[in-house]
This record gives sequence, structure tokens and C-alpha cells, in this order.
Amino acid sequence: MSEGHAATMAAPTWRGGGSPVAVGHKKLGMWLFIVSDSLTFSALLLTYSYVRVANDWPTPFHFFPSIVFSTIMTLVLLTSSLTMVYAVSAAHHGARRKAAKWIWATAFFGTAFVVLHGYEWMHLMVDEGMYPWANEYGTPLFGGTFFLITGLHMFHVITGVAYLGIVALGYRRGKWLPEDVEVAGLYWHFVDLVWMFVFPLIYLLSTSVD
Amino acid sequence: MTEVQPSKEVAEYTEVHRHPEPKSFLWKYIFSVDHKVIGIQYLLLAVVAVFVGMALSLLVRLRLVCPECSYPLLGQFFPVGAPEGVMTPEFYLAMLTMHGTVMVFMVLTTAPQGGFGNYFLPIQIGAADMAFPRLNMLSFWTTFVSFLLLMAAFVVEGGAPMSGWTGYPPLSALPEATLPGIGQDLWLASIAVFCIASLLGALNFIVTTLDLRAKGLTMMRMPLTCWTWFVTAILGLLAFGVLLAAGVLLLMDRNVGTSFFVPAGLVVSDKVIDHSGGSPILWQHLFWFFGHPEVYIAILPGMGVTSHVLSTFARKTVFGYRAMVYAIAAIGGLGFVVWGHHMFVSGMSPYSAFVFSVLTMCIGVPSAIKTFNWIGTMWGGKIRFTSPMLYSIGFVSLFVSGGLSGIFLGQPTVDLYFHDTYFVVAHFHLIMGVAAIFGMFAGLTFWFPKMFGKMMNEPLSKIHFWITFVGVYAIFGPMHYLGMLPHPRRYAEITSVDYLGATGAAELHMFITVAAVLTVLAQFIFLYNFVKSIFAGKECREENPWEATTLEWTIPSPPPHDNFAGKVPHVYRGAYDFALRGAKRDFAMQCNDDKAVYGEPAPQASGD
Repeated sequence: MSEGHAATMAAPTWRGGGSPVAVGHKKLGMWLFIVSDSLTFSALLLTYSYVRVANDWPTPFHFFPSIVFSTIMTLVLLTSSLTMVYAVSAAHHGARRKAAKWIWATAFFGTAFVVLHGYEWMHLMVDEGMYPWANEYGTPLFGGTFFLITGLHMFHVITGVAYLGIVALGYRRGKWLPEDVEVAGLYWHFVDLVWMFVFPLIYLLSTSVD
Repeated sequence: MTEVQPSKEVAEYTEVHRHPEPKSFLWKYIFSVDHKVIGIQYLLLAVVAVFVGMALSLLVRLRLVCPECSYPLLGQFFPVGAPEGVMTPEFYLAMLTMHGTVMVFMVLTTAPQGGFGNYFLPIQIGAADMAFPRLNMLSFWTTFVSFLLLMAAFVVEGGAPMSGWTGYPPLSALPEATLPGIGQDLWLASIAVFCIASLLGALNFIVTTLDLRAKGLTMMRMPLTCWTWFVTAILGLLAFGVLLAAGVLLLMDRNVGTSFFVPAGLVVSDKVIDHSGGSPILWQHLFWFFGHPEVYIAILPGMGVTSHVLSTFARKTVFGYRAMVYAIAAIGGLGFVVWGHHMFVSGMSPYSAFVFSVLTMCIGVPSAIKTFNWIGTMWGGKIRFTSPMLYSIGFVSLFVSGGLSGIFLGQPTVDLYFHDTYFVVAHFHLIMGVAAIFGMFAGLTFWFPKMFGKMMNEPLSKIHFWITFVGVYAIFGPMHYLGMLPHPRRYAEITSVDYLGATGAAELHMFITVAAVLTVLAQFIFLYNFVKSIFAGKECREENPWEATTLEWTIPSPPPHDNFAGKVPHVYRGAYDFALRGAKRDFAMQCNDDKAVYGEPAPQASGD
């Protein structure tokens, strides 16, 4: 069922649609969601740039521990994208068990990212006294933008982990199609890609160079 | 539902999978996944909202002409906002804010797209439903939650917010600057939820249009209504995400103590505000990046309906179909690069203002193309003056009147004078409010027989049209003059201002208020006609009472659960084949092949 059905999924249902958008509903829908979600993130990153330029922006992060720690988080998230690629590949070969295994691996790395990130938040709040409304480094908006943007990203990761769990179970049981795994992969890679903007903008640019 | 007989009009069908019809009331009418039921749910929500919005506008008008008048009933409902029935200035601003918000979000955004689009997009493209039916249901109920949140702002302590439908900070960002209460928070939550609902809806519309068209229905054969719903959905997809971000930022400013939109050193009630680093201009950028496309979200579907109705009742093909499509796309595209023209008075650099101004003028080109093409469509046609036709002609009139004042306001130097005056009120009400509403009237009267299998009462519709058409000009025409005085907008108290008295502004305000009351009363004619016709209208079981060409007129009225009863028609021609030479009838439906139109042998292939 999986392979044959997966092939027909690519054709638009009533043959009125044509290239270049001849993709299944769910995949097209996910791409559109990504477009709109990236605009939400863009608005927040523009806000960040706007207030950063308008204020005397502090650069409180040091290479150790902040940058080392966030680099580890970045590597964990990047690894999860790699395991997702394997999951999609396995799904397209019809290997349900293997695909589910890779999806769980992705969810594991996603969870690890959330745990590490949560630990870092705790460290910043408890040890450094940095909150969304105040911090000891300088303009209060430093904390505001940091927690808002990383928080929204973290919300996406948590949602993504839940989504991956549903897909893993559903696909393993034969309820879902390989394309559903691919669609979940699209979302996951997008969340990963957002981090690739957040990491340099929020972390690297806020590091003291000395 | 009994098995539906296939329409005789259709030359060929494709068989598709048929969905079972839900039986229980809950799943059939409340949590329905049927796009037709959801469309009607959106329409009903908009009808409720539009009467709320109208009531608010009446309060605004009453307060303007008589600030000290007492309305005891009002005092009973709003003991704080209207003690002993006399509206406070704060109450006036709250009514103004809620009028704008309810009308823009809950009426102009929901009815044309969520209502008519939901009902007729799938049918017009030959689909059984939207691409994501469950998501569609979720969109509606999320919108409903948003509406409830907005209404809740009326009843909480402190009452509804008073920072305008644009929610400009610092007034909206500082709880200490207004009456204490969570009205503004509820407003923001409502907008954020509305954004999510609209994003889901927009996504659904785009996928449906791209993926579910019947065989032969190329993009360039789609009815212009579908084009406008499609482009509107793209605007929604790109615009609402930004408003969502802005709303979250403002909510944080109010509740978490951040200062994204609040600059340092503000003094409110003789106290320095403990905020620093933000900028209210940032909110304006984010808001209007959404806000200007929102204007086109409101008006584009009306343009589509107008093109559709004018062609049908002038018995002529749409003049310049391709130009119309390109104009719709151009208006949509330009809509994203002109938001700065709402901010000319914000202290913007004249160079930026110049760029925004030129881009704004550019929108005049596709708008003019559309207007001339509407006139070209009617030119030399055998016009049937049905009520939908009248409303559509009214749309063209209002679009031109409202558009012309837009050319004034698009010039930074002129806008500096006009911006905070009634001239702007006149402009945006004519073009975005009333024109879009006339598009809805046209759509409702045009599709009513298809939706309910009954006809609306034509004489009543026509009476309603004339009173409303004259009424809205009587309301908004004089406001242009008020703006030139210049009479400031948003002011709660105008009667005691001397220079306004000398120029006749007070009398004009009275005239406008009387016109507004009469026009609002006329809307009850329409409501009566609408409700009465649903239950006791003249039966119309005909498939195609208007002799129209598009696919919705090939199926029974009202349509069965899955529209085409498990079949999808093939499409052979463009959407507006009227006034055909040598044909059996003066029109050809999209699903008629040449044999059905001309009989054997086909004299010529029909272009699209």
C-alpha cells in the first residue's frame, strides 16, 4: 500500500492542477505554513534588529560557557535534522520499523535540545538575574528579545517533538503514509533552520570579543 | 440525502470518492466539516458582528452630535462608561475602537472570504470540499473564540479598549494610561487568535485552489471570484503572521514588563513610566505591514463578485479577463509595499515617504484597469437590472469615489493636512467598508437561490439598495468637507469648538447622524428579507435561475452534501462565455463542450 499510494499522492486530486505545484495537499499545506511562520519569525527578528540598533546593546555572553553551551545545542539540533533525513529516506523505501526508529531518534535529539535550553534559561535567570523585563547587563530589552525569540523557537521544538511522536506511532502502525513522514520532516528542518538564524543573531552577536 | 441526478449541462464527469454524510445534528450543523455549512456559519457570525458594529457606530454618531444627552437604557448596561446614560469621552473612544475592530476583523475579513469563499470556491472549481475539511472547521471555531474574546472586552472592569482599531502604543501598551482593566488584553488575545484562524483558513484556500481544480479548469479559466479568493488567501497568509508577532509583543509589553513599543521617559499622570528602549513607530510598521494588505483582504473578494455579477447580468464576457487577473495580482503584490503611507505623519523621512507615495500611486493603475474593465463589461450589454446587479454597480461607484480620495491621501504633503481629519474617515469607509459591504450584498443576493433554494424578495432588495446607496453617500460625502475644514477625527467632544460652529460643521454632523440612523434602519429591511426568504421565500429549485456559466449553477439548489454527488464535471471553457454567436443559447456553461453549445458540427473552438 505504502509505495503505490505514496506515488499517487503526488498527483493533484482532480487533475486540474499541474506543474509546478503538483504536490499532495499536506506537503503544499506544510510549505505554506512554513511561509507564514517564517514571516512571524521575521517580524520578531526585525523587531530584535530594530531595538538592537536603537539601544546601546550589551554583549554579555562569553565564549565559555555561553557560546560553548549554545554550540552544543546547535549540534544537537543539527544532528536531529540528519536523523530526520534518514527517517524520510527509510519511509520512502517502505521500511516502517527503521523509519519509526529514526523518527524517535529525531524526537530524542529534539527533547535533548529542549532540556539543554531549559537548563540554560534557568542558569540565566537564577545565576545571572536575567529576565524578560530586566537584566544586569544593560537595556531590559536584551532579556525581552532573548526570551521571546528563543522561547517561541523552543515552543516550536516542543510542538515538533509531539508531532514527531504522533507520526512515528501512526506511521509504524501503517496508519500514515511516507509522505506524512516527509511533511513532518519539512516542519522539523524548518524549525532547525530558524535556529540557524537565532543562534548567530541572538548568541554570537551578543558575545564579548575579548 | 437521496441520490442526486447528474446535471444535463455537464458534458463529461470524473468519478471521485464519495464521503458519507453525517447524520447527527452536532456533526452536521455545529462541528461540520462541510465547507457549505462552515461558509454559512461564517456568514451568520458576520451578520451578528455587523449589527454589533453598526450599533457601536450609532453610539459614536449620537455622542458626536449631543455629548450631554442621556440614554437611560445605555446607562443600565454600562454604568461606568455611561453613568446615568451620558457617554463619557472614554466610552466614546471605546465604542470607536470596538466598531473598527468588529467591522474590520469580524465582518470584512470573515464574510467575503470565510463566508462566500468557503461556500463557493470548492463548488466553482469542481471540488467536493476544501483540501483540509477539519482544518476548515477549526478555522471557523477559532474565529468564533476570537469573537467571544472581543465581546468579553465589553463586560470586564474598565470596559473595552480605547486605543483605536490600530491599537497604537503607548496608549495600548501602558495599562496606567487608560482605565484599569484587561479590555486591551482581551482585544489583543482576540486579534492573536483571529490571526491563527485566518492563517489556517488562508492555507486551506491556497491548497484548495491549486490542488483541487476539476479537469480542464486551468487557472486562466477560473471565475474571477476564485482568483480574488486565491489572492486574498495569499495576502492573509503573509500578513496575519506579522500581526500575530506584533500582538504577542504588545501583550508582553502589557503583561510581562518588556518595552518593545514604549520609549524611555514617558510621563503618564505626572509619573515617569518605568519603561525604556522601545519605539511606538515599530508597532506602526508591524501593524501596517499587516494593515494595508488587510484592506485588500476586505475588498478583493468584493471585486471578484462584482466582476462575476456584472458579466452575468450584462450578458457579456468580462472585458479583459487576463488584465483583470493581472490587476488582482498587482493589487495584492503592491499591497505589501505601501504600508508606510499610513505613517506619513509619524516623522518618517521625506525620502521614505516619497517611495511609499510613488508605490501607492502605482496601485491606481491596476485599480483603474479594473474600473474601466467593469465599465467595458457593461458597455453595450443587455443589462438585467436585478438586485445583485444593482449592488455590483453600487460597488463600482463606491470604489471609484473612495479610490479618488486615496490619491489625495497618498501624497505625503496633502496627507499631513488630512491625516487626522474626517477626510480619512470618509475615504476608508467608502472604499474599504461600504464598497466591500456592497460586494457582500451582491454576493448574498446573487447566490441566495443556490444556498437556500429560495429567492430573495427582489423589490425589497431594490428598496434596500437605493436607501443604502444614497444613505452611505449622505453619510460619508459630507465627511470629505468636514476633513477639509479640517475637522479632527477621533475627538469625542466637538460641539463646543468655535471654529467648527462657524463653518456649519455642527449642522453637517447632525445631517450625517440622521442619515446614519436612517441607513441603519434600512439594514433591517435587508435582514427581514434575508431571514424571511430563508424560511418563506419563493421556491427556486431551478439549477440556474440567473443563466450563469460557472459550475455552482450545474448542481441542485441547495447543493447536496458533497456538491457533485461523487462526480466532478470536466471544464471546457472560460468562466464568462456570454453573447455567443451561432450558439443554441446566449451563454455556455463551463462544463458544456462545443457540441452542447453549438450542436453538431462545432463551428469554432471557443477561446477562454
